[in-house]
Amino acid sequence: MNKETRLTWIVKPVVHAAALAPVAWLVWLGLGGQFGPNPAEFINRYTGDWAIRLLLIALAVTPVRGITGLAAVMRFRRMLGLYAFFYALLHVTSYVALDQYFAWAAIWQDILKRNYITVGMLALVILTALAVTSPKAMVRKLGGRNWQRLHKLVYVAAVAAPVHFFMMRKGFQVEPLVYGGIAGLLLAYRAAVWMKAKARTRAARADVQTA
Amino acid sequence: MLIYQRPRHPIPSSEITPKSVFDDRRRVLKALGFGGLAATMPMWFPDHAAAAWRPAEGKALSGTPHPKYTAQALGQEPASFEVVSTYNNFYEFGTGKGDPADNAGKLKTTPWTVKVEGAVEKPGTYDIDDLIKAEDIEDRVYRFRCVEAWSMVVPWLGVPLAKVIQRLNPTSKAKYVYFETLFDPDQMPGQRRPVLEWPYKEGLRMDEAMNPLTLLAVGVHGQVMPNQNGAPIRLIVPWKYGFKSIKSIVLMRFVEKEPPTSWSDTNGREYGFYSNVNPNVSHPRWSQATEKKIGVNNVFGLPIRQPTLMFNGYEDEVASLYAGMDLKKFF
Repeated sequence: MNKETRLTWIVKPVVHAAALAPVAWLVWLGLGGQFGPNPAEFINRYTGDWAIRLLLIALAVTPVRGITGLAAVMRFRRMLGLYAFFYALLHVTSYVALDQYFAWAAIWQDILKRNYITVGMLALVILTALAVTSPKAMVRKLGGRNWQRLHKLVYVAAVAAPVHFFMMRKGFQVEPLVYGGIAGLLLAYRAAVWMKAKARTRAARADVQTA
Repeated sequence: MLIYQRPRHPIPSSEITPKSVFDDRRRVLKALGFGGLAATMPMWFPDHAAAAWRPAEGKALSGTPHPKYTAQALGQEPASFEVVSTYNNFYEFGTGKGDPADNAGKLKTTPWTVKVEGAVEKPGTYDIDDLIKAEDIEDRVYRFRCVEAWSMVVPWLGVPLAKVIQRLNPTSKAKYVYFETLFDPDQMPGQRRPVLEWPYKEGLRMDEAMNPLTLLAVGVHGQVMPNQNGAPIRLIVPWKYGFKSIKSIVLMRFVEKEPPTSWSDTNGREYGFYSNVNPNVSHPRWSQATEKKIGVNNVFGLPIRQPTLMFNGYEDEVASLYAGMDLKKFF
Protein backbone atom coordinates (compact mmCIF):
# COMPACT_ATOMS: atom_id res chain seq x y z
CA MET A 1 0.00 0.00 0.00
CA ASN A 2 1.47 3.32 -0.95
CA LYS A 3 1.35 6.43 1.15
CA GLU A 4 -1.52 7.96 -0.81
CA THR A 5 -3.91 5.03 -0.36
CA ARG A 6 -2.92 4.73 3.27
CA LEU A 7 -3.87 8.35 3.88
CA THR A 8 -7.16 8.14 1.99
CA TRP A 9 -8.34 4.75 3.18
CA ILE A 10 -6.99 4.48 6.69
CA VAL A 11 -5.96 7.78 8.22
CA LYS A 12 -8.86 9.79 6.87
CA PRO A 13 -11.60 7.46 8.16
CA VAL A 14 -9.83 7.34 11.53
CA VAL A 15 -9.81 11.14 11.75
CA HIS A 16 -13.51 11.24 10.79
CA ALA A 17 -14.34 8.64 13.41
CA ALA A 18 -12.34 10.47 16.07
CA ALA A 19 -14.03 13.78 15.26
CA LEU A 20 -17.46 12.19 15.40
CA ALA A 21 -16.80 10.13 18.53
CA PRO A 22 -18.00 12.94 20.85
CA VAL A 23 -21.37 12.98 19.04
CA ALA A 24 -21.64 9.22 19.36
CA TRP A 25 -20.86 9.48 23.08
CA LEU A 26 -23.46 12.22 23.47
CA VAL A 27 -26.11 10.08 21.80
CA TRP A 28 -25.08 7.14 23.98
CA LEU A 29 -25.45 9.26 27.13
CA GLY A 30 -28.82 10.49 25.91
CA LEU A 31 -30.11 7.00 25.27
CA GLY A 32 -29.00 6.06 28.77
CA GLY A 33 -30.84 9.03 30.27
CA GLN A 34 -27.56 10.53 31.52
CA PHE A 35 -28.24 14.19 30.73
CA GLY A 36 -29.47 15.02 34.22
CA PRO A 37 -32.42 17.25 35.08
CA ASN A 38 -31.40 20.01 32.64
CA PRO A 39 -30.57 18.29 29.34
CA ALA A 40 -30.23 21.59 27.42
CA GLU A 41 -27.48 22.76 29.75
CA PHE A 42 -25.67 19.43 29.53
CA ILE A 43 -25.80 19.26 25.73
CA ASN A 44 -24.97 22.94 25.36
CA ARG A 45 -21.83 22.72 27.51
CA TYR A 46 -20.74 19.44 25.97
CA THR A 47 -21.01 20.65 22.37
CA GLY A 48 -19.43 24.00 23.28
CA ASP A 49 -16.43 22.21 24.83
CA TRP A 50 -15.94 20.16 21.66
CA ALA A 51 -16.37 23.17 19.37
CA ILE A 52 -13.48 24.91 21.12
CA ARG A 53 -11.38 21.74 21.22
CA LEU A 54 -11.81 21.06 17.50
CA LEU A 55 -11.14 24.69 16.63
CA LEU A 56 -7.86 24.51 18.53
CA ILE A 57 -6.98 21.15 16.97
CA ALA A 58 -7.62 22.58 13.49
CA LEU A 59 -5.44 25.57 14.36
CA ALA A 60 -2.69 23.23 15.57
CA VAL A 61 -2.32 21.59 12.15
CA THR A 62 -0.13 24.30 10.62
CA PRO A 63 2.25 24.51 13.60
CA VAL A 64 2.48 20.70 13.66
CA ARG A 65 3.53 20.76 10.01
CA GLY A 66 6.00 23.58 10.66
CA ILE A 67 7.59 21.89 13.64
CA THR A 68 7.58 18.24 12.54
CA GLY A 69 7.78 18.80 8.80
CA LEU A 70 4.93 16.31 8.40
CA ALA A 71 3.22 17.77 5.33
CA ALA A 72 0.46 15.14 5.20
CA VAL A 73 -1.30 16.64 8.22
CA MET A 74 -2.26 19.65 6.08
CA ARG A 75 -4.72 17.45 4.27
CA PHE A 76 -6.88 17.30 7.40
CA ARG A 77 -6.89 20.98 8.23
CA ARG A 78 -10.05 21.90 6.34
CA MET A 79 -11.87 18.83 7.56
CA LEU A 80 -11.03 19.58 11.20
CA GLY A 81 -12.07 23.20 10.75
CA LEU A 82 -15.40 22.02 9.35
CA TYR A 83 -15.86 19.77 12.36
CA ALA A 84 -15.22 22.75 14.64
CA PHE A 85 -18.00 24.56 12.75
CA PHE A 86 -20.21 21.47 13.05
CA TYR A 87 -19.85 21.40 16.84
CA ALA A 88 -20.33 25.19 17.09
CA LEU A 89 -23.54 24.77 15.09
CA LEU A 90 -24.74 21.99 17.41
CA HIS A 91 -23.83 24.22 20.36
CA VAL A 92 -25.89 27.16 19.10
CA THR A 93 -28.73 24.92 17.91
CA SER A 94 -29.01 23.42 21.39
CA TYR A 95 -29.24 26.96 22.81
CA VAL A 96 -31.87 28.06 20.31
CA ALA A 97 -33.96 24.89 20.31
CA LEU A 98 -33.47 23.13 23.65
CA ASP A 99 -32.79 26.09 25.92
CA GLN A 100 -34.77 28.96 24.41
CA TYR A 101 -37.46 26.91 22.61
CA PHE A 102 -37.07 29.18 19.55
CA ALA A 103 -38.05 32.34 21.44
CA TRP A 104 -36.44 34.51 18.75
CA ALA A 105 -37.13 37.83 20.46
CA ALA A 106 -35.44 36.66 23.66
CA ILE A 107 -32.56 35.18 21.65
CA TRP A 108 -32.05 38.46 19.78
CA GLN A 109 -32.04 40.33 23.11
CA ASP A 110 -29.45 37.87 24.41
CA ILE A 111 -27.20 38.44 21.41
CA LEU A 112 -27.40 42.21 21.81
CA LYS A 113 -27.26 42.47 25.58
CA ARG A 114 -25.27 39.55 26.95
CA ASN A 115 -21.65 40.18 26.11
CA TYR A 116 -20.62 36.55 26.28
CA ILE A 117 -23.32 35.62 23.79
CA THR A 118 -22.34 38.53 21.52
CA VAL A 119 -18.75 37.30 21.49
CA GLY A 120 -19.84 33.69 20.95
CA MET A 121 -22.07 34.69 18.04
CA LEU A 122 -19.16 36.58 16.48
CA ALA A 123 -17.16 33.34 16.51
CA LEU A 124 -20.09 31.44 14.98
CA VAL A 125 -20.56 34.02 12.19
CA ILE A 126 -16.87 33.77 11.33
CA LEU A 127 -16.87 29.97 11.35
CA THR A 128 -19.99 29.99 9.16
CA ALA A 129 -18.33 32.29 6.59
CA LEU A 130 -15.26 30.09 6.56
CA ALA A 131 -17.29 26.88 6.22
CA VAL A 132 -19.33 28.31 3.34
CA THR A 133 -16.17 29.35 1.49
CA SER A 134 -14.29 26.14 2.23
CA PRO A 135 -14.95 24.18 -1.03
CA LYS A 136 -12.21 24.36 -3.65
CA ALA A 137 -14.66 25.98 -6.07
CA MET A 138 -15.09 28.88 -3.62
CA VAL A 139 -11.31 29.32 -3.40
CA ARG A 140 -11.21 29.71 -7.18
CA LYS A 141 -14.23 32.02 -7.18
CA LEU A 142 -12.79 34.34 -4.53
CA GLY A 143 -9.22 34.18 -5.76
CA GLY A 144 -6.48 32.75 -3.60
CA ARG A 145 -5.46 36.07 -2.10
CA ASN A 146 -8.97 37.14 -1.01
CA TRP A 147 -9.72 33.66 0.21
CA GLN A 148 -6.61 33.65 2.37
CA ARG A 149 -7.39 37.09 3.73
CA LEU A 150 -10.93 35.98 4.64
CA HIS A 151 -9.69 32.82 6.29
CA LYS A 152 -7.33 34.78 8.53
CA LEU A 153 -10.53 35.57 10.45
CA VAL A 154 -10.16 32.16 12.08
CA TYR A 155 -7.63 33.85 14.39
CA VAL A 156 -10.40 36.16 15.63
CA ALA A 157 -12.61 33.12 16.25
CA ALA A 158 -9.73 31.42 18.08
CA VAL A 159 -9.66 34.32 20.54
CA ALA A 160 -13.44 34.86 20.68
CA ALA A 161 -14.29 31.26 21.58
CA PRO A 162 -12.23 31.00 24.81
CA VAL A 163 -13.19 34.59 25.74
CA HIS A 164 -16.86 33.61 25.33
CA PHE A 165 -16.25 30.58 27.56
CA PHE A 166 -14.39 32.62 30.17
CA MET A 167 -17.13 35.26 30.29
CA MET A 168 -19.83 32.63 30.60
CA ARG A 169 -18.27 30.97 33.63
CA LYS A 170 -18.95 32.54 37.02
CA GLY A 171 -16.11 33.40 39.38
CA PHE A 172 -12.49 32.67 38.54
CA GLN A 173 -12.27 29.39 36.65
CA VAL A 174 -9.23 27.66 35.20
CA GLU A 175 -10.72 25.67 32.31
CA PRO A 176 -11.43 28.59 29.93
CA LEU A 177 -7.97 29.96 30.70
CA VAL A 178 -6.38 26.69 29.61
CA TYR A 179 -8.15 26.93 26.24
CA GLY A 180 -7.23 30.61 26.02
CA GLY A 181 -3.60 29.77 26.76
CA ILE A 182 -3.50 27.10 24.04
CA ALA A 183 -5.08 29.51 21.54
CA GLY A 184 -2.47 32.09 22.55
CA LEU A 185 0.39 29.64 21.88
CA LEU A 186 -1.02 28.67 18.49
CA LEU A 187 -1.33 32.32 17.49
CA ALA A 188 2.10 33.16 18.92
CA TYR A 189 3.62 30.46 16.70
CA ARG A 190 2.13 32.16 13.65
CA ALA A 191 3.29 35.57 14.79
CA ALA A 192 6.82 34.20 15.21
CA VAL A 193 6.78 32.63 11.73
CA TRP A 194 5.45 35.86 10.23
CA MET A 195 8.10 37.98 11.94
CA LYS A 196 10.85 35.62 10.85
CA ALA A 197 9.63 35.74 7.26
CA LYS A 198 9.47 39.52 7.39
CA ALA A 199 13.01 39.73 8.72
CA ARG A 200 14.17 37.41 5.97
CA THR A 201 12.58 39.49 3.18
CA ARG A 202 14.07 42.62 4.69
CA ALA A 203 17.48 41.01 4.77
CA ALA A 204 17.06 39.77 1.20
CA ARG A 205 16.03 43.25 0.07
CA ALA A 206 19.06 44.73 1.82
CA ASP A 207 21.24 42.17 0.02
CA VAL A 208 19.75 43.17 -3.32
CA GLN A 209 20.39 46.85 -2.61
CA THR A 210 24.01 46.38 -1.55
CA ALA A 211 24.76 44.07 -4.45
CA MET B 1 -54.18 14.18 44.51
CA LEU B 2 -51.46 12.98 46.80
CA ILE B 3 -51.85 13.83 50.42
CA TYR B 4 -48.68 13.59 52.42
CA GLN B 5 -49.08 12.58 56.01
CA ARG B 6 -45.87 12.65 57.93
CA PRO B 7 -45.64 11.59 61.54
CA ARG B 8 -45.18 14.62 63.72
CA HIS B 9 -42.68 12.80 65.90
CA PRO B 10 -40.50 10.43 63.89
CA ILE B 11 -38.34 9.66 66.92
CA PRO B 12 -39.97 7.27 69.38
CA SER B 13 -40.54 9.07 72.64
CA SER B 14 -38.48 6.41 74.40
CA GLU B 15 -35.42 7.66 72.56
CA ILE B 16 -35.88 11.27 73.52
CA THR B 17 -33.86 12.36 76.49
CA PRO B 18 -36.14 13.97 79.09
CA LYS B 19 -35.88 17.72 78.80
CA SER B 20 -34.95 18.11 82.47
CA VAL B 21 -31.91 15.85 82.02
CA PHE B 22 -30.99 17.50 78.74
CA ASP B 23 -31.19 20.98 80.21
CA ASP B 24 -29.42 19.98 83.38
CA ARG B 25 -26.17 19.09 81.65
CA ARG B 26 -25.57 22.74 80.87
CA ARG B 27 -26.17 23.83 84.46
CA VAL B 28 -23.83 21.14 85.72
CA LEU B 29 -21.11 22.07 83.28
CA LYS B 30 -21.52 25.75 83.98
CA ALA B 31 -21.24 25.09 87.68
CA LEU B 32 -18.02 23.24 87.03
CA GLY B 33 -16.72 26.14 84.93
CA PHE B 34 -16.85 24.20 81.68
CA GLY B 35 -19.29 26.57 79.95
CA GLY B 36 -16.90 27.37 77.13
CA LEU B 37 -16.25 23.72 76.52
CA ALA B 38 -19.89 22.98 75.89
CA ALA B 39 -19.27 22.90 72.18
CA THR B 40 -16.75 20.11 72.51
CA MET B 41 -19.10 18.02 74.62
CA PRO B 42 -19.43 15.08 72.24
CA MET B 43 -15.71 14.56 72.71
CA TRP B 44 -15.86 14.49 76.51
CA PHE B 45 -19.27 12.97 76.93
CA PRO B 46 -19.96 10.49 74.15
CA ASP B 47 -23.51 9.96 75.39
CA HIS B 48 -24.27 13.55 74.41
CA ALA B 49 -25.11 12.13 71.00
CA ALA B 50 -28.17 10.56 72.58
CA ALA B 51 -29.44 14.03 73.43
CA ALA B 52 -29.04 15.27 69.88
CA TRP B 53 -32.16 15.28 67.75
CA ARG B 54 -30.23 15.12 64.51
CA PRO B 55 -30.14 11.79 62.66
CA ALA B 56 -27.38 10.91 60.20
CA GLU B 57 -27.41 11.94 56.54
CA GLY B 58 -29.91 9.95 54.53
CA LYS B 59 -32.10 9.32 57.57
CA ALA B 60 -35.67 10.50 57.81
CA LEU B 61 -36.45 13.85 59.34
CA SER B 62 -39.80 15.52 59.56
CA GLY B 63 -41.35 18.78 60.55
CA THR B 64 -44.73 20.33 61.12
CA PRO B 65 -46.20 21.21 57.73
CA HIS B 66 -46.74 24.94 57.45
CA PRO B 67 -50.33 25.34 56.17
CA LYS B 68 -49.45 28.27 53.92
CA TYR B 69 -46.43 26.70 52.27
CA THR B 70 -47.56 23.34 50.96
CA ALA B 71 -47.37 21.85 47.49
CA GLN B 72 -51.15 22.13 47.31
CA ALA B 73 -51.10 25.82 48.21
CA LEU B 74 -48.35 26.40 45.65
CA GLY B 75 -50.22 24.36 43.05
CA GLN B 76 -47.00 22.63 42.08
CA GLU B 77 -45.43 19.33 42.98
CA PRO B 78 -41.89 19.56 44.31
CA ALA B 79 -38.99 18.39 42.17
CA SER B 80 -38.05 14.82 43.10
CA PHE B 81 -35.41 14.13 45.74
CA GLU B 82 -33.24 12.74 42.95
CA VAL B 83 -33.38 16.06 41.09
CA VAL B 84 -32.97 18.20 44.21
CA SER B 85 -29.92 16.24 45.35
CA THR B 86 -28.12 15.86 42.00
CA TYR B 87 -28.54 19.28 40.38
CA ASN B 88 -26.66 21.67 42.64
CA ASN B 89 -24.52 24.77 42.57
CA PHE B 90 -22.11 24.37 45.47
CA TYR B 91 -18.73 25.53 44.21
CA GLU B 92 -16.99 24.25 47.35
CA PHE B 93 -17.37 20.84 45.72
CA GLY B 94 -16.79 21.80 42.09
CA THR B 95 -18.44 24.01 39.51
CA GLY B 96 -20.43 21.37 37.60
CA LYS B 97 -24.04 20.73 38.59
CA GLY B 98 -23.27 17.09 39.37
CA ASP B 99 -19.98 17.79 41.19
CA PRO B 100 -21.48 18.44 44.64
CA ALA B 101 -23.29 15.08 44.65
CA ASP B 102 -20.07 13.38 43.52
CA ASN B 103 -17.63 15.16 45.84
CA ALA B 104 -19.48 16.03 49.04
CA GLY B 105 -18.95 12.65 50.67
CA LYS B 106 -16.01 13.84 52.76
CA LEU B 107 -17.93 16.61 54.48
CA LYS B 108 -18.21 15.71 58.15
CA THR B 109 -21.39 17.18 59.60
CA THR B 110 -21.29 15.62 63.07
CA PRO B 111 -20.40 17.28 65.35
CA TRP B 112 -21.17 20.69 63.88
CA THR B 113 -20.94 23.99 65.62
CA VAL B 114 -21.95 27.49 64.63
CA LYS B 115 -20.05 30.42 66.07
CA VAL B 116 -22.28 33.35 67.03
CA GLU B 117 -20.56 36.69 67.57
CA GLY B 118 -20.82 40.44 67.20
CA ALA B 119 -23.68 42.62 68.40
CA VAL B 120 -25.44 39.91 70.34
CA GLU B 121 -26.04 39.25 74.01
CA LYS B 122 -25.48 35.51 73.82
CA PRO B 123 -22.39 34.98 71.73
CA GLY B 124 -20.71 31.61 71.75
CA THR B 125 -20.08 28.45 69.84
CA TYR B 126 -23.30 26.53 69.59
CA ASP B 127 -23.80 22.94 68.71
CA ILE B 128 -26.31 22.74 65.87
CA ASP B 129 -28.45 20.49 68.06
CA ASP B 130 -28.75 23.31 70.57
CA LEU B 131 -29.14 26.10 68.04
CA ILE B 132 -32.04 24.36 66.31
CA LYS B 133 -34.75 22.82 68.42
CA ALA B 134 -36.29 19.71 66.95
CA GLU B 135 -39.80 20.78 67.88
CA ASP B 136 -39.40 24.00 65.89
CA ILE B 137 -38.74 22.25 62.60
CA GLU B 138 -41.32 23.02 59.93
CA ASP B 139 -41.99 21.50 56.54
CA ARG B 140 -42.28 24.26 53.94
CA VAL B 141 -42.56 23.93 50.18
CA TYR B 142 -40.91 26.95 48.58
CA ARG B 143 -40.07 28.11 45.11
CA PHE B 144 -36.30 28.22 44.66
CA ARG B 145 -34.95 30.51 41.94
CA CYS B 146 -31.32 30.43 40.85
CA VAL B 147 -29.74 33.52 39.29
CA GLU B 148 -28.91 31.29 36.30
CA ALA B 149 -32.58 31.48 35.31
CA TRP B 150 -33.67 28.07 36.51
CA SER B 151 -35.95 27.22 39.36
CA MET B 152 -37.23 24.30 41.39
CA VAL B 153 -39.98 23.68 43.89
CA VAL B 154 -38.34 22.30 47.02
CA PRO B 155 -39.84 20.95 50.26
CA TRP B 156 -37.44 22.19 52.93
CA LEU B 157 -37.32 21.26 56.59
CA GLY B 158 -36.16 24.09 58.75
CA VAL B 159 -36.68 26.63 61.47
CA PRO B 160 -37.52 30.28 60.91
CA LEU B 161 -34.24 32.15 61.31
CA ALA B 162 -36.15 34.72 63.38
CA LYS B 163 -36.78 32.09 66.08
CA VAL B 164 -33.07 31.35 66.38
CA ILE B 165 -32.07 35.01 66.33
CA GLN B 166 -34.59 35.93 69.01
CA ARG B 167 -33.03 33.44 71.40
CA LEU B 168 -29.60 34.95 70.79
CA ASN B 169 -30.74 38.46 71.78
CA PRO B 170 -29.06 40.73 69.23
CA THR B 171 -28.35 44.24 70.50
CA SER B 172 -29.64 47.46 68.96
CA LYS B 173 -26.38 47.69 66.99
CA ALA B 174 -27.26 44.60 65.00
CA LYS B 175 -28.39 45.94 61.63
CA TYR B 176 -27.21 43.03 59.49
CA VAL B 177 -26.39 39.35 59.93
CA TYR B 178 -23.28 38.02 58.25
CA PHE B 179 -22.77 34.31 57.53
CA GLU B 180 -19.80 32.20 56.56
CA THR B 181 -19.55 28.70 55.13
CA LEU B 182 -17.04 26.19 56.46
CA PHE B 183 -13.54 26.58 55.01
CA ASP B 184 -11.70 23.27 54.89
CA PRO B 185 -10.26 22.17 51.53
CA ASP B 186 -9.81 18.62 52.85
CA GLN B 187 -13.56 18.32 53.27
CA MET B 188 -14.47 20.71 50.48
CA PRO B 189 -12.08 19.94 47.60
CA GLY B 190 -13.48 22.71 45.40
CA GLN B 191 -11.90 25.21 47.77
CA ARG B 192 -8.47 24.24 46.44
CA ARG B 193 -9.31 26.33 43.38
CA PRO B 194 -9.69 30.08 43.59
CA VAL B 195 -13.14 30.18 41.97
CA LEU B 196 -14.24 32.54 44.74
CA GLU B 197 -12.43 34.04 47.68
CA TRP B 198 -13.09 31.40 50.33
CA PRO B 199 -14.81 31.07 52.70
CA TYR B 200 -18.15 31.83 51.11
CA LYS B 201 -19.72 34.91 52.65
CA GLU B 202 -23.32 36.09 52.71
CA GLY B 203 -25.44 38.55 54.59
CA LEU B 204 -28.96 39.78 55.18
CA ARG B 205 -30.41 43.00 56.50
CA MET B 206 -31.86 42.39 59.96
CA ASP B 207 -35.47 42.81 58.79
CA GLU B 208 -34.82 40.32 55.98
CA ALA B 209 -33.33 37.87 58.46
CA MET B 210 -36.32 38.31 60.79
CA ASN B 211 -38.90 37.90 58.03
CA PRO B 212 -40.97 34.79 58.77
CA LEU B 213 -40.15 33.38 55.32
CA THR B 214 -36.42 33.12 56.03
CA LEU B 215 -35.43 29.63 57.12
CA LEU B 216 -32.44 27.89 58.59
CA ALA B 217 -32.93 24.60 56.79
CA VAL B 218 -31.65 21.29 58.12
CA GLY B 219 -33.44 18.90 55.81
CA VAL B 220 -35.17 18.46 52.49
CA HIS B 221 -37.78 16.04 51.15
CA GLY B 222 -38.34 14.40 54.53
CA GLN B 223 -34.63 13.70 54.99
CA VAL B 224 -31.68 15.14 56.81
CA MET B 225 -29.99 17.69 54.53
CA PRO B 226 -27.74 15.89 52.04
CA ASN B 227 -24.16 17.20 52.08
CA GLN B 228 -24.44 18.47 48.51
CA ASN B 229 -27.42 20.63 49.47
CA GLY B 230 -25.57 22.48 52.22
CA ALA B 231 -25.56 20.15 55.19
CA PRO B 232 -26.00 20.32 58.01
CA ILE B 233 -27.46 23.81 58.18
CA ARG B 234 -28.13 26.35 55.45
CA LEU B 235 -30.09 29.46 54.82
CA ILE B 236 -33.20 29.59 52.63
CA VAL B 237 -34.32 33.03 51.51
CA PRO B 238 -36.94 32.18 48.90
CA TRP B 239 -37.46 35.66 47.45
CA LYS B 240 -33.77 36.07 46.65
CA TYR B 241 -31.56 34.36 44.08
CA GLY B 242 -30.26 31.04 45.33
CA PHE B 243 -26.69 32.16 45.97
CA LYS B 244 -27.95 34.27 48.91
CA SER B 245 -29.03 31.05 50.64
CA ILE B 246 -25.58 30.21 52.05
CA LYS B 247 -24.80 26.58 52.81
CA SER B 248 -22.94 24.66 55.55
CA ILE B 249 -22.95 27.64 57.90
CA VAL B 250 -20.29 27.87 60.62
CA LEU B 251 -20.49 31.55 61.53
CA MET B 252 -23.23 34.08 62.26
CA ARG B 253 -22.03 37.58 63.06
CA PHE B 254 -24.35 40.45 63.96
CA VAL B 255 -22.95 43.67 62.52
CA GLU B 256 -23.78 47.33 62.10
CA LYS B 257 -22.69 47.83 58.48
CA GLU B 258 -23.63 46.01 55.31
CA PRO B 259 -21.28 43.00 55.22
CA PRO B 260 -19.26 41.84 52.20
CA THR B 261 -20.75 38.95 50.23
CA SER B 262 -18.87 36.51 48.01
CA TRP B 263 -20.55 37.17 44.70
CA SER B 264 -20.67 40.94 44.93
CA ASP B 265 -16.99 40.87 45.98
CA THR B 266 -16.19 38.84 42.88
CA ASN B 267 -18.32 40.82 40.45
CA GLY B 268 -20.20 43.73 41.99
CA ARG B 269 -21.55 44.88 38.65
CA GLU B 270 -23.47 41.63 38.25
CA TYR B 271 -24.34 40.59 41.79
CA GLY B 272 -25.70 43.04 44.33
CA PHE B 273 -26.13 42.71 48.08
CA TYR B 274 -29.90 42.42 47.82
CA SER B 275 -30.21 40.10 44.82
CA ASN B 276 -33.98 39.92 45.09
CA VAL B 277 -35.66 37.88 42.38
CA ASN B 278 -36.88 40.53 39.97
CA PRO B 279 -38.02 39.79 36.40
CA ASN B 280 -37.74 43.49 35.54
CA VAL B 281 -34.08 43.85 36.40
CA SER B 282 -32.13 42.00 33.75
CA HIS B 283 -28.80 40.49 34.70
CA PRO B 284 -25.81 41.02 32.38
CA ARG B 285 -25.71 37.26 31.79
CA TRP B 286 -29.31 36.17 31.95
CA SER B 287 -32.60 37.81 31.20
CA GLN B 288 -34.49 37.24 34.43
CA ALA B 289 -37.91 37.52 32.77
CA THR B 290 -38.38 33.75 32.51
CA GLU B 291 -37.02 30.65 34.19
CA LYS B 292 -36.67 26.99 33.44
CA LYS B 293 -38.52 24.84 35.90
CA ILE B 294 -36.17 21.98 36.67
CA GLY B 295 -38.09 18.81 37.46
CA VAL B 296 -41.21 19.80 35.50
CA ASN B 297 -40.83 18.62 31.91
CA ASN B 298 -42.68 19.26 28.66
CA VAL B 299 -43.59 16.53 26.18
CA PHE B 300 -40.00 16.49 24.88
CA GLY B 301 -38.67 15.69 28.33
CA LEU B 302 -37.21 19.17 28.73
CA PRO B 303 -37.92 21.55 31.63
CA ILE B 304 -40.76 23.97 30.96
CA ARG B 305 -40.02 27.69 30.71
CA GLN B 306 -42.28 29.99 32.71
CA PRO B 307 -42.42 33.69 33.58
CA THR B 308 -40.50 34.69 36.70
CA LEU B 309 -42.57 36.30 39.44
CA MET B 310 -41.65 39.45 41.33
CA PHE B 311 -39.84 38.46 44.53
CA ASN B 312 -40.20 34.89 43.25
CA GLY B 313 -43.92 35.00 44.05
CA TYR B 314 -43.46 36.20 47.64
CA GLU B 315 -44.35 39.82 46.94
CA ASP B 316 -47.12 39.93 49.56
CA GLU B 317 -44.72 38.78 52.26
CA VAL B 318 -41.66 40.89 51.46
CA ALA B 319 -42.41 43.84 49.16
CA SER B 320 -42.85 46.12 52.17
CA LEU B 321 -39.23 45.51 53.19
CA TYR B 322 -38.12 47.48 50.14
CA ALA B 323 -40.75 50.23 50.09
CA GLY B 324 -39.29 53.40 48.60
CA MET B 325 -36.12 51.67 47.42
CA ASP B 326 -35.06 51.82 43.78
CA LEU B 327 -34.72 48.09 43.07
CA LYS B 328 -32.84 48.78 39.85
CA LYS B 329 -30.18 50.56 41.88
CA PHE B 330 -30.23 48.20 44.85
CA PHE B 331 -30.28 45.04 42.77
